[in-house]
Amino acid sequence: MLDRTEDLLKIENLSKNFSISAGLFAKPFQLRALQDISFTVKRGETLGIVGESGCGKSTLGRCILQLLAPDEGRVLWLGQDITKLPAEEMRKKRRDLQIIFQDPLASLNPRMTVGEIIADPLKTLMPEIDAKGRRERVLRTMEAVGLLPEMINRYPHEFSGGQAQRIGIARALISEPKLIVCDEPVSALDVSIQAQILNLLSDLKDEFGLTLIFISHNLSVVRHVSDRILVLYLGRIVELADGDDLYEDPKHPYTRALLTAVPIPDPKRARQRTIEGLVGEIPSPINQPSGCTFRTRCRFAEERCAQVRPPLETLANGRRVACIRWQELDLNGGA
Amino acid sequence: MANVLVVDNLDVTFALHQSEVKAVSDLDFTLAEGETLAVVGESGSGKSQAFLSIMGLLARNGKASGRAMLGDVNLIGMAPDKLDNYRGKDIAMIFQDPMTSLNPTLRVKTQLAEVLVRHQGFTAEKAHRAVIEMLERVGIPEPVKRANAYPHELSGGMRQRVMIAMALLCKPRVLIADEPTTALDVTVQAQMLDLFKNLTNDFGTALVLITHDLGVVAGVADRMMVMYGGRCIEKGPTDTLFYDPRHPYTLGLLHSTPHVAKRAKRLDPIQGLPPSLEHLPRGCAFHPRCAFRFERCFEERPPLLPVEDVREKACWYQGELKYEAVA
Repeated sequence: MLDRTEDLLKIENLSKNFSISAGLFAKPFQLRALQDISFTVKRGETLGIVGESGCGKSTLGRCILQLLAPDEGRVLWLGQDITKLPAEEMRKKRRDLQIIFQDPLASLNPRMTVGEIIADPLKTLMPEIDAKGRRERVLRTMEAVGLLPEMINRYPHEFSGGQAQRIGIARALISEPKLIVCDEPVSALDVSIQAQILNLLSDLKDEFGLTLIFISHNLSVVRHVSDRILVLYLGRIVELADGDDLYEDPKHPYTRALLTAVPIPDPKRARQRTIEGLVGEIPSPINQPSGCTFRTRCRFAEERCAQVRPPLETLANGRRVACIRWQELDLNGGA
Repeated sequence: MANVLVVDNLDVTFALHQSEVKAVSDLDFTLAEGETLAVVGESGSGKSQAFLSIMGLLARNGKASGRAMLGDVNLIGMAPDKLDNYRGKDIAMIFQDPMTSLNPTLRVKTQLAEVLVRHQGFTAEKAHRAVIEMLERVGIPEPVKRANAYPHELSGGMRQRVMIAMALLCKPRVLIADEPTTALDVTVQAQMLDLFKNLTNDFGTALVLITHDLGVVAGVADRMMVMYGGRCIEKGPTDTLFYDPRHPYTLGLLHSTPHVAKRAKRLDPIQGLPPSLEHLPRGCAFHPRCAFRFERCFEERPPLLPVEDVREKACWYQGELKYEAVA
């Protein structure tokens, strides 16, 4: 049995800035992509990360895997900080930490066969396995993700988007990782294929005891797969809660606004509900509002929201919310 | 309501190196004033090509036949210079990616005013005023400032609004929107769909919404048409198709769509892949993926026939659509 109470991954005060050139002689802008992010991921759970484009969700995924070096903070993998590991040490860790990308075809080398693509991580991550052993593993993994053995010598362009995503999943699975970051894994797929891939991920999770971090802008999909959900806005956590709690009783005005905007595939309910569209658009991460960064679009914003940055408070049952007004607001039900 | 667009027998064929492929077969539908029709299907279902052919925008190797009557003129087979009298004026189309549809070297106001000068014979000054008014109408804050901007200076949501403003400048009778909200965030998408609803009400514009997202359809469409393998396989009022789908593919799409308010343990996806148009299966194109198929489906293609006066469907199976019944 999995020990679901163990913290597999712990993120502490993670921040990441990007320098944006403002011209040859000008001082570059600082784009604050992630600020002071802390959370834990328990073994065996699926943590969903949602937010609008530019909120930092993909950057967060990449910082967790050390594909981007965070500027501040720590990433503890089974208690060990992996942000300062030498490259060779980190490479060994990558056996356990894998990623699946959004655009399945773009993330596969067109000049390699399916078998070579799937086997590739083994060469660097598990060099002790010989060619015969690699082939066996490749075939076993292909079967697990629903690819036929005869596809092993084909090239990526011969596959549809859904099949290509299965190849990407097989490549992530081959080293028997403990954690997979799924960065918008179904966004580019047709509806019927999207459902197949979601079911596949859930089967694989059970079969291999995986822990998943599922990044998506599609709240319906995140709701479907996640145990807990983290909501990001302009690089900060605004809410973190169990999936059901978050959807049935959002505490942050931004979460609620997102939920009421999700299209519902049910005409009668869709007609009944009123969409409290957010005012305006997400501000530029280069020039962020003072105090609560969401206040410029919030229906409940008051003067003091501009002055104090709301702390990320911990509520009963471990929920977390960053809004100074959460106790007085009645946001009763999102969707 | 009077019909503004009547499409009959529409076929779209593309010439390939040594063969042809039929992207749309025998499509019929009508569109009434102020109505919103959703066209639903997966990639390769022919949903976009059908409407590109009506707009005369097919790729060079594409050919359309049949009729698309806008009032009493047939748009299919019309010469491009003659089509330009209708395109942008009576019938307009917007696309998923506004950046590819806007000219990056022209200010927003310049490209928008051009439409009015060309179609309505407006003076530059009058056109400019109308452009500002329309930008305001589609919810662009500080319209005067934004009118002076270049497309790259605007956000994705703003660009999509500019596209919609451009499409609506001449108050067209028909607006075709091809996946207009797919690239947008949910909050902006909700604003856009709201805007569409208001515009069809206020201007009486008939809207065709081409999409794969059933959530979007549920919120705005009066009727829907489901396409598969280049053909319409079921069409009818939105509520009818959502609550009582009769084609197994429509049912399958509904079961594949995750619902934000309900967490199902598993989705019931349709097995297999959408077919390639070059190698459409014999008989019913959907039969290889269908849980309800029987012998007839392998051999004979089911015609699109009316069912109980409210809908049409193309399926031989007449029993109840329950997954349990088959398993």
